[in-house]
Amino acid sequence: MTGTIPIQAFLIISTLMFFIGIYGFLTRKNLITMLMSIELILNSVNINFVVFNRYLYPQNLQGHFFSLIIIAIAAAEAAVAIAIIINIYRNFKSIDVDNVDEMKF
Amino acid sequence: MNSEVMFYLLAGMILIFSVLTVTSRKILRAAVYLLFVLISTAAIYFMLEYTFLAAVQLTVYAGGIVVLIIFSILLTSHISERAVMADRKQGVLSALAVGAGALLTLITIMQFAFTPSLEPAQNSTVTDVGNALISYNRNGFALPFEVISILLLAALIGAIIVARKEKDAISK
Repeated sequence: MTGTIPIQAFLIISTLMFFIGIYGFLTRKNLITMLMSIELILNSVNINFVVFNRYLYPQNLQGHFFSLIIIAIAAAEAAVAIAIIINIYRNFKSIDVDNVDEMKF
Repeated sequence: MNSEVMFYLLAGMILIFSVLTVTSRKILRAAVYLLFVLISTAAIYFMLEYTFLAAVQLTVYAGGIVVLIIFSILLTSHISERAVMADRKQGVLSALAVGAGALLTLITIMQFAFTPSLEPAQNSTVTDVGNALISYNRNGFALPFEVISILLLAALIGAIIVARKEKDAISK
């Protein structure tokens, strides 16, 4: 299915996606949008693992299982993060990082 | 030829919707753009012939995490609320840092000589994936599978404990 597409094409896509995610993490103020940026970063890493597995070590499935486990960890992380965010909203009536500075020293 | 057209279409979708995810002022729209990015990623997994992984990506990410995110957006912000972005100086500085990092990584990728393997590909049907997940031989993944199960259980309980209302808070 991959035909003549070089491995670099996939790596460029995942690199750009990773750095777009980091840009979002640095510039967003809302906790949920920051969580969405983290999902972008995790997703780009998944693409990397899968592409390396398919192109460089097709006789094994290590990268495939790494991605599978990262997806599970991302689901767990999203659930805990959203529970924390909802708790913060209950206490501060806002989820902007600027307003949540109670523990700032 | 066909798969190349498909790949460039998917690549364009991923890039455009990733940028929209981090720049859109309306949070709900950003979540829907994230959904498009995740679905395009699943399509890339289908192209690479890892069909089980693509199905997991669709169900867990697109079906689970995005729905969770959309629900929490609806719980915590008003629908017409516009997201606050960082001020101009911080935006320019982070764009510079991100651009420098991306440039460095891209140069490294283009300079490294990857040698694609010519060995026959290992099947990744549901049977193979299931057998690998429960076998403890050289190519088995029983330990990570068990550890991830315990992590999921802990996250489940932790999320409930964190998000529930406290008893004395209700009685007050």
